[in-house]
Parts: sequence; C-alpha cells; structure tokens
Amino acid sequence: MNEENKTMTELIDIQNISLKAAELVEEGRVHKSLYSDPAIFEEELDKVFNNTWVFVGHESEVPEAGSFKTAYIGRQPVILSRDRQMNLHVLENRCKHRGATVCEARKGKTKAFTCPYHGWGYGLDGSLRALPKPEEYAGVFDKSEMPLESLRVETYRGMVFATFKKDIEPLEDFLGGARKWIDLFMKQGGGYPVKVLGEHRFNFPGNWKIQLENTTDAYHFPIVHKSFVTSLDEATADIFDFLDGEGFVEDLGNGHSVMVMIPQLVDLEADLDQPIPARFAQLAQELRNEGKSEAEVRKLVRAAHGTGFNLNLFPNVSCSMAFFRVLRPVSVGETEIQHVALGGEGAPAPFNRKRMRLHEHFQGPMGFGTPDDGEAWERVQKGAMAGPDGWILVNRGMNNLHDSPDGNVAGAVCSETGMRGAYRQYKKMMAAGEGK
Amino acid sequence: MKSNTQLLAQVTEFIGYEADLLDHKGYKEWLSLWTDSGLYIVPADLNETDYLNALNLALDDAEMRNLRVARLQNGESVSAMSVGNTVRMMSRVRILEAGEEAVMARCAMTLNELRHGKLVSYPANVEYILRPTSEGFKMEQKVVKLLHADGFLRTVSFIF
Repeated sequence: MNEENKTMTELIDIQNISLKAAELVEEGRVHKSLYSDPAIFEEELDKVFNNTWVFVGHESEVPEAGSFKTAYIGRQPVILSRDRQMNLHVLENRCKHRGATVCEARKGKTKAFTCPYHGWGYGLDGSLRALPKPEEYAGVFDKSEMPLESLRVETYRGMVFATFKKDIEPLEDFLGGARKWIDLFMKQGGGYPVKVLGEHRFNFPGNWKIQLENTTDAYHFPIVHKSFVTSLDEATADIFDFLDGEGFVEDLGNGHSVMVMIPQLVDLEADLDQPIPARFAQLAQELRNEGKSEAEVRKLVRAAHGTGFNLNLFPNVSCSMAFFRVLRPVSVGETEIQHVALGGEGAPAPFNRKRMRLHEHFQGPMGFGTPDDGEAWERVQKGAMAGPDGWILVNRGMNNLHDSPDGNVAGAVCSETGMRGAYRQYKKMMAAGEGK
Repeated sequence: MKSNTQLLAQVTEFIGYEADLLDHKGYKEWLSLWTDSGLYIVPADLNETDYLNALNLALDDAEMRNLRVARLQNGESVSAMSVGNTVRMMSRVRILEAGEEAVMARCAMTLNELRHGKLVSYPANVEYILRPTSEGFKMEQKVVKLLHADGFLRTVSFIF
C-alpha cells in the first residue's frame, strides 16, 4: 500500500499520540492533559518515579535496630528498615513466594517480616530466613536466592532516598546545588539533630504535579492564605507579606529549586542578637525556666521559626519552611500528601511543643492553610477538563531573570522559575527512551 | 456503677445541643460552651494520650478556637466557603466517670459533610470532660477520635 492509499488514522500513530508527554511541556507552559491523561500518568510512574531518587523517610523515623516504616515509590509499596548493624535497607514489600505484602504496619519495631499467607520470614535486611516445610524446596532453590528485592538507598543529612534504578548517579550528585539548602534547612533543630515529631496525612482529587508546582508558588500565598495571615499577630503577618520583598526563586538543576520568601530566615544560626518576637515570648520564658542560657534560648527561639524558604526536590519531597512535604501519585486524579512535622532530638520539650503547635496552625487537613490549598488544587484538576485544548502557564517572571551568586538562573520570589525547572527535568525524563 | 438516668439525660442533652450548634454554624454560642482552659482536640495518633506533647490534627485552646471560628466565618477562606452543610448523629452516650467537679462521657458520632456535591462521612468516638456550672455544663476537654485519624483524610473546613 502506498502513502496515498492510507487512511488518516493509519498516517497518524494514534496509539502513541497520547504518549508524547515530553512534547506537551514547553518552556513557559505545559499542556493541561498532563493533569488528566491516564496514559501519561502510567508513563510517569515508569519514567519518573521508577527511574530516579525518591524520598522515603527520615533516619529519625527508624532510630534503632529493628525499626521500620512502610512507604511508597509511586505505586510500589516498600519498607524502610534498619538492621542490627544499623544499616538502612529499602525493600520491596512483596513476598518472593506468592506476592503478598509482608508488612502492613505504618511503622514499628520488629525482628522479622513474616508473610501472613504461607509464613515465609525475612530478616531486616530482606534475606529469607525461614519458611515452613522447607524440604519441598530441596534442590529447587536455596533460601539465599529468595530475599525481598532491595533498592539502592542513600542518605543526605538524615533524609533517606531510594531508587529502583541501580546505575543512577550518586544521591549527592543528584541533589547537587540543593545540598547547600538542605544543610541550611537542618539548622532548625536549634542545635539538636532534626527529628520527625509526627505527620499529617491528607489527599486531594488532583494530579501530583499540582502539588509539585505549589511548593514553589509564592504568588498564591496572599490570596489563598488570606485567612491564615489574618489569624497571625501583626508582626508575624508582616513577615509573611513577602511578595514585594527581597526573596527569589532559584533553579538548582535536576528539577530542584529553592524559593526564598523570608531572606532574614535563611540562616537560622545567624542574627542571634535580634529581639525575641512577641509570639515566641512564652517559649523563651519556658526555656529560661528550664535553666537554658540566654544564648541557647535565642538559638532555640530562632530555630523555632523554621527556615524562610521552600526547597523543592524533584519529584516527591519538599523541605518546606519547617516540615517535609511528601507527595505520592495515586492515580492521574488523586494524590496523597504527608506533612511531616520536625523538631529536635533531645531538645527541650517546650521547643518541640511549640514546633508542633505551629505545624497544626497551618498544616494538615485541619490547619488554617492546607484546606484552602486543597480547594484551589481541586479546582485546577476540575478546570483542566474544560475545553478540547488548553495550556497551564508557568511563564511568570521569565522577563526578569538573573544569575544567582551560585551561577544559577533566578527570578523574583513570585516567579514561576522553580516550576519551569521541575518541568524541564520532567520533560527530560519523559523524553528518555522515546524512539526506542 | 449505679445508673444515673438523670445525669445521662443531662449529658445527652448537652451533647445534642452542641452538635446542633455546630451543624447549624452557631459558632458564637458554641464558643461560650467552653471553660477558659478548655481544649478542643482532634488527635492524629489514636494511641496517644499526652496530647500537648504530640502532633494533633487540631489542638485548640480558647485563642485558637476563636481564630478557627473567625476563619470559618470571615469570608477569606475559599475552602470554608465551599463547605455545604454537615449533619452529625451523636449516640451511644455513656458516662465514664461522674464527679462533682467533672463528668467524663463518651459517645459515637457519624458526621456527614456535603462538599462539591459529594458526601463524605466521618465516624468517630468523642470523649468529653464536662464541668457542671450554674449555667449548665461547660467543656473542659473534647477529644474527637476519628476512625480514620491516621489515614489520608480529606481537608476539613468545619468543626467536628
């Protein structure tokens, strides 16, 4: 058959049309189908989540030998565990026999993971230790051949990342320019190691990239979070009035970006001689009552603020002012989010209490901030269904870019520089392997 | 424990009154049902009892309750404006402890919320510490233990 005799549908490769997600990302805009096309979502799980470093937890969540927590990489259930030698493991949560999950608890302490179906027992490092009536496998396989599948796992400053991609670059290289900002973020333990204090969990009926964008979106803050700002004292409300300030968004490469909203709170160990704000006066007094020196009181009070920036790490975690924001794509139109509260390991109780109360004020499903974010995101997902064609704009501030002191592209605090950085990485990953 | 039908009736009446105020957004009156030191708590971890030293979904003292009510009513919160209505059933009321200073009671709640045309249901155990006063009971503590507290909840722009 020559070309002229082909029908239109034969000329266009209909089956592959929706798979060209990379072409739906341009420098200043992305196509709305990236929020709504189930085929693109399936491709994202494979090309993004199964193909890069994904945040699975913080070391303080598995503090002792035998500690574990369950997590997900995309849709895949995994277990983060600490063995008796204190090594960390990230294991596929799937028995090698018939495939049942071997752990359903959110977190805990154990000596072994035992499959509930036929009783196969695995060690904290994933090795198959014992199984009932092993004689039927004599000569069929050896136990050493049947461990839980292990992922590659690396940590940076207590943050644990894992990947299914065995030949990926080292985590530190992947984080690159973001490491400096993680170092700054970890100063909020107030001289104590940063520790997870608890977490809020909620979901919203929308695509995961809506949340990815939001953490580097200062533009929405005074609009969506007006009711939160109203609930603050005047001095604190002034701090959150940052759109006309000296903040910026810097593209850190590999999809990562930092949005500095409150420049005076970038380094929590600097400016310790500043007056103690009214909202921390009670905390300062409680710390003094515990016998803390004035220097330590000031250090803890300043750390209690949290940092003045959001560090967005592609694809699933943000070091967001005072907490970790972790996203998980559930389906093209559903995303689960954890807001992980942080404090100091061994820090005075009033400090950690204040950190939790501040977290409750804004974060989580009942905070004064999150429900309004959720409402806006739900509207984005709904609106993305309108019309046969349409684009999402991420071109704000493209007219006003400069080089940062670290040599990165940077824009105004309310620019969409971070979103463009994330989508550049997304496009690169989604384009990889095309034309195979 | 000797059954005290009069006390049970009083507590049940109070719980029904509070529920009715919340479903009908009578927040100002609701705020007056508290002692000055009262705490409204929605735990994130149902095994936790030391609420002050744990992360909760909400832990409101008098100031935070006032701010929460203001947020729901001042027209600045897009999510608060999207909440349709709530209807909650309170039942299975039981007095756990009856003293002169305080009455501890527990009941079951099923709260239904209509939001964007969809019904969302929140089953919970609710625990009260009530202080008898000349104006009737005042809440010293209300703990709403959502069945789904440690799951992935939808966002909440009303008061449990």
